[in-house]
Amino acid sequence: MSKLSDAFTGRHKLVGFVTANDPDMATTVNNVVALAEGGADVVEIGVPFSDPIADGPVIQRADLRALRDFDLPMKAIFDAVAEIRTKTAVPLVFLTYLNIVLQYGYDEFCRDCKKYGVDGLIIPDLPYEEKGELTPYTTKYEIDLVPLITLNSGDRIKPIAKDASGFVYLVSSLGVTGERDHFSDQLSSIVKQIKADTTVPVAIGFGVHEPEQARQLAEFADGVIIGSAFVKIVEKYKTDAPKYLKQFANEVKSAMLTD
Amino acid sequence: MSKSNGRFAEYGGQYVPETLMNELNRMAKVYEEAKNDPEFQEELHSLLNKYANRPSLLYHAQRMSDDLGGAQIYFKREDLNHTGAHKINNVIGQALLAKRMGKKRLIAETGAGQHGVATATIAALFGMECEIYMGKEDTDRQKLNVYRMELLGAKVHPVTSGSMVLKDAINAALQEFAKRSDDTFYVMGSATGPHPYPTIVRDFQSVISKESREQILEDTGKLPDAVIACVGGGSNAIGSFANYINDKDVKLIGVEAAGKGVDTDLTAATIEKGRLGVFHGMKSLFLQNDTGQIKPVYSISAGLDYPGVGPEHAELAAKHRASYVGITDDEAVDAFEYIAKEEGIIAAIESCHAVAYVQKLAPKMAKDQIIVCTLSGRGDKDVASIAKYRGVDLNE
Repeated sequence: MSKLSDAFTGRHKLVGFVTANDPDMATTVNNVVALAEGGADVVEIGVPFSDPIADGPVIQRADLRALRDFDLPMKAIFDAVAEIRTKTAVPLVFLTYLNIVLQYGYDEFCRDCKKYGVDGLIIPDLPYEEKGELTPYTTKYEIDLVPLITLNSGDRIKPIAKDASGFVYLVSSLGVTGERDHFSDQLSSIVKQIKADTTVPVAIGFGVHEPEQARQLAEFADGVIIGSAFVKIVEKYKTDAPKYLKQFANEVKSAMLTD
Repeated sequence: MSKSNGRFAEYGGQYVPETLMNELNRMAKVYEEAKNDPEFQEELHSLLNKYANRPSLLYHAQRMSDDLGGAQIYFKREDLNHTGAHKINNVIGQALLAKRMGKKRLIAETGAGQHGVATATIAALFGMECEIYMGKEDTDRQKLNVYRMELLGAKVHPVTSGSMVLKDAINAALQEFAKRSDDTFYVMGSATGPHPYPTIVRDFQSVISKESREQILEDTGKLPDAVIACVGGGSNAIGSFANYINDKDVKLIGVEAAGKGVDTDLTAATIEKGRLGVFHGMKSLFLQNDTGQIKPVYSISAGLDYPGVGPEHAELAAKHRASYVGITDDEAVDAFEYIAKEEGIIAAIESCHAVAYVQKLAPKMAKDQIIVCTLSGRGDKDVASIAKYRGVDLNE
């Protein structure tokens, strides 16, 4: 088992998300620590990309804020990870787009993830058919490549699940990240299908923004991923965000643990 | 183990979110069937010939050939197609494919509006719903084309994310396609994006070189020495090249928009200045910074104003089968005026990038040599901006 998979032991787990350098790198460090203190079991750090095609308006705006000087070298983000690692052991996952990884170099990127303490990667524009170009390096440095499965994955679920490591990111609805009020009834049956082919945990994300939703989803999934709702807090409170992130993470986590 | 689809050497592939994968793979499968279905091909050719005004002329530009004093210059007149550009060739094909897949609604991105107008046109003809994604910057600059699309029954969505231009319109259209692929078909405007689009668009546009090859052989009894076309995403160029790729003696030359110059930041010369990357679903060459953020691009021509290039062009460039050159705004505008006065043709500013290179190349060639240059579109849409470029106030 990897550190990421281990993080889901016992279920009812919460995965939080913030975008790196939104509004600045020092706040990002504090945000990640705050999420972990508030009860997040895994924290995703969004590595900003100029054209985040899988993300909705909230995270797009965060990427724009993070890239206000157009450039944000990976080194600055790895340095922030190093600082986070002096404060918390929470498993960390980078969410980014393949071009960022390609330009840094697949080998170098995975090497530095290992070196600085990033446990997994989520790359929305690297589907099953294309992942073969990156997996030699994720394997080499023992970085989990977290696959996404969607409501319309159909017979792709089996091969994707079989190769999964870390956890499976089940996308709750079609389209992009952002808040939604209804979740598909299909979700619980897809979780069962995934679990038929893998022992890695399944976390559901995209559109979760209320503690009650998280509680309902946690009834049949191992964990729940919340992104845009946390990013909105950062958008609103800027450098004051950490305490509000901690508070919201705590509310969600408490709801999930209520049976 | 997983296997990548739709490769042109190392370029191409399908770098898209999981939500799109089943739909794209289904599209590829249905297209393979359609390609080999005589009924589909017949319907396609019937529409191309009876609706879009094909075959387009191959015109011998005698005055220009004489004036430049070198090669004989032939223009492939895609500007004479219905809707005034090569875009219609591809749009008819993709709309037929959409129908075959049972789709009721077409969506498309557009930069200056040509592809949007072509898509709206075919949606009207097929009685399909149509929604066009266009950067807010572009809807402001191209009000006439927005109105034209609306006139054809399409709904135009101004895209306000990112830098509000073509690349953002593509992002928005991809997102909408991911959200609603059950009844919606995304009509891609260029030979770009994830597999199978680069192949589909190449095939539908290759009617250009299929015709020009037959026409030049009939006219002159030999193949051209050079085929020249402008390259943004690269659909008219790949269509102009396709049927000559195996004719090793035919030089293939793509002309990119150098904007204010390839050594400035205000350029769109992707092959010359770009680097290997992954964007908009494909691995290809892109203008980007060291970290991999996609750069804003610039050209006077909205149709060439794209930070990437289709994967097959990246392959042709890497294999040195085609060469790619840059033409600046100034050179293109001069060519716009030159071909108007010399040949009585107002050609699109995109196409005039190719014309400008013809002006440079032809004098260096012998009088019995032949250049075929594609005029991808008509230039009426550009008249106002050329006037402005020359400091003429058209009282707008």
